[in-house]
Amino acid sequence: MSEPSPAAPHPALTTLSEEEEMFRKAIRDFAESEIAPRVAEMDRNQTFDTDLVPQLFELGLMGIEVPEEMGGAGSTFFTSILVVEELSRVDPAVAVLVDVQNTLFINALLRWGSDSQKERFLPRMAADTVGAYALSEAGSGSDAFALACRATEDGDGWVITGQKLWITNGNEADLFIIFANVNPEAGYKGITAFLVERGTEGFTVGKKEDKLGIRASSTTELVLENVRVPSENVLGEVGKGYRVAIETLNEGRIGIGAQMVGLAQGALDHTVKYVKEREQFGQPIAEFQGVQFQLAQMATQIEAARLMVYNAARLKDAGKDFVNPAAMAKLFSAQIAQEVASAAVDLFGGYGFTREYPVEKLYRDAKIGSIYEGTSNMQLQTIARILLK
Amino acid sequence: MPRAQRRIGEAEPGSVRTNRHGSHRDQGEREVLDYGLTEEQQAIRELARTIADEQVRPRAAEYDVTGEFPWPVVKKMAEVDLFATLVPEEYGGLGGTMTMNMVLATEEISKACGGIALAYAGTALGALPILIAGNEEQKERFLPQVATGERLCAFAITEPEAGSDAGGIRTTALRDGDHYVLNGTKQWITNGGDAEIYTVVALTNPQKGPRGASVLVVEKDTPGFSFGKKEDKMGIRASSTRELIFEDCRVPVENLLGREGTGFITAMKTFDASRPGVGAQALGIAQGALDLAVGYSLERRQFGHPISSFQGVRFMLADMAMKVEAARALIYAVSRHIDSGARARPTMYSAMSKCFAGDMAMEVTTDAVQIFGGYGYMRDYPVEKYMRDAKITQIYEGTNQIQRDEIGKILIGEHVSGQRRGR
Repeated sequence: MSEPSPAAPHPALTTLSEEEEMFRKAIRDFAESEIAPRVAEMDRNQTFDTDLVPQLFELGLMGIEVPEEMGGAGSTFFTSILVVEELSRVDPAVAVLVDVQNTLFINALLRWGSDSQKERFLPRMAADTVGAYALSEAGSGSDAFALACRATEDGDGWVITGQKLWITNGNEADLFIIFANVNPEAGYKGITAFLVERGTEGFTVGKKEDKLGIRASSTTELVLENVRVPSENVLGEVGKGYRVAIETLNEGRIGIGAQMVGLAQGALDHTVKYVKEREQFGQPIAEFQGVQFQLAQMATQIEAARLMVYNAARLKDAGKDFVNPAAMAKLFSAQIAQEVASAAVDLFGGYGFTREYPVEKLYRDAKIGSIYEGTSNMQLQTIARILLK
Repeated sequence: MPRAQRRIGEAEPGSVRTNRHGSHRDQGEREVLDYGLTEEQQAIRELARTIADEQVRPRAAEYDVTGEFPWPVVKKMAEVDLFATLVPEEYGGLGGTMTMNMVLATEEISKACGGIALAYAGTALGALPILIAGNEEQKERFLPQVATGERLCAFAITEPEAGSDAGGIRTTALRDGDHYVLNGTKQWITNGGDAEIYTVVALTNPQKGPRGASVLVVEKDTPGFSFGKKEDKMGIRASSTRELIFEDCRVPVENLLGREGTGFITAMKTFDASRPGVGAQALGIAQGALDLAVGYSLERRQFGHPISSFQGVRFMLADMAMKVEAARALIYAVSRHIDSGARARPTMYSAMSKCFAGDMAMEVTTDAVQIFGGYGYMRDYPVEKYMRDAKITQIYEGTNQIQRDEIGKILIGEHVSGQRRGR
């Protein structure tokens, strides 16, 4: 390898630092030895293997941006993205647990938490506590600010009542960021974010959803009936929860983009291996140009999406505006993940349709990418609004 | 939010927006393109629609979960003579425009469940070799039982190492006195284990390769004929897919369809006539998903409006509807061509109807999940099943890559034959 020339001071997006490379390698080894053998069974049983969670903490994957003095890895947002991508190659359902922890929960705490909240919660997050982020409700999906969950002031705290829907990590989490409205007359300017501990009286984790894909990941209802939360658990300012929600999701979307890129890469890897082995018409099907072209198309789509995701993540680390790049990265990655996974099933033929082979699961998993953390239509709307501003 | 609100968008027969056809508006309100169906065709469509609404739709979710074979539904289909549409009059069937009739019925049932539809459409496929290559005695022996729905059929060509490369089959049927002795394994056979009449492609003369292939009728319970495991599939889970295992299975020579060595010619003619049926299955799945999406978009409110009021959503629905209608027009046109008895081989157009409809169904069902948003991803709602069911239509009866390969070869004038190997 030649030294970079002085005329080209910017490294390529895909050039990894030593630390990034180290993370990637550690995760790849872990994913292949520990996660891969469990993927099919977890999908079938719709359960997250509880043995895996402590291992994710031990590897430092649950507190990537948490400062080292608080027990975290003290790394960057980009590293979180790499981790999500690598885990998704093997199992996007495992990856989303890590994704929500880092790109939504810890991200929100780092950005909006007071010093005392950071001291109280970040060491726990890095050590053994899974977080969940609860914004959606039955009647407010894309229209997130129409949420009906209510919080009323009571003495030195708040009382929250309402229901949350489709909350990722609902079963594994011990700490929840819950969005509720303290002043419905003020509309979205009443929305406030609260940190709520599992076990608080009146707080229950409801029914777990039976889903098309990412079935190992728990997606649950949360039911809050007069849940008392102390004032020191308000995250950010009262009435500014809408900003916590929007801005955290901007970053979260890059994470979903990474999940979709990893998923697509995993599907392509399985397919490349298969087409070399599968013989039809007296030769491996990899010899047919029709197959080769499909593979080339898949690889190109993945590379384009990966560059978009990496660029958005690096912009975020650089403190630059990344709202539009993040929306585009998520939109595009979700689109190509569906196309790539679909093509992978095609190339596996009849085997691809059966549950004995890994690609049908990736195909089912892919669809969520265009739905959660803002549907594709919402990304299009964000992009169009910025264009027309 | 009350739990009940989570049911919006689901087809509920009798509700205000859902009529018994599963569409979400009254037939009178909806513009329907007139395809000039005959009275008989309309009657068959109506019959299938009633079965779909009354028997299939209410049970689709349950069979998807259990993966059991939908025998009670099949019995109802038989009771109303639906299987008679697959058989000529002289053998106890309805006769008439049999391809179009099969397509219309498959489409209607698939609107409710693409998996359950296969008990019918798979029987159509399995019976075709008898119709195409069977002699009078064979037709009289088997077809009346098919017409009554007493016995289901299955067609068996695929093997573990012979998928797209159907010419690579290894199952043998060697002559021994007045019997053929079958040995080998067939894979992914639709209706496998539940059907009683199997039309099996096997090598009666292995030295000649694909030119030594023949089709034989093998009845369930023949000694030496057993079933392997039932496949656990992504979609069409109400349909059974099993291995067929032949171990010194003796079949009387009277069960040979046509002459020895004509197996691949029969198979190709079978696919010519059956692929519009796969297209119709894909069409029904897509139409069913579109109907659900339209209904949901009218009921789901975000930003203070039903989401149907957003142009982004309406454009998606419009694209879906255009694709569905284009597929329908192509499938109906090909079916009519086949029924007309025209001499021109329909191979290329059959391939087009299957390939186009399969790709279309995948796109439309994926968009239907999208319109349902988070609800669409959950198994409480019916659309994610449509998306899982649609995928198989791009794979079986020749992957869409093979359809394109055939279309391309016919376009450039290359003689297409299952007997050719390589490119």
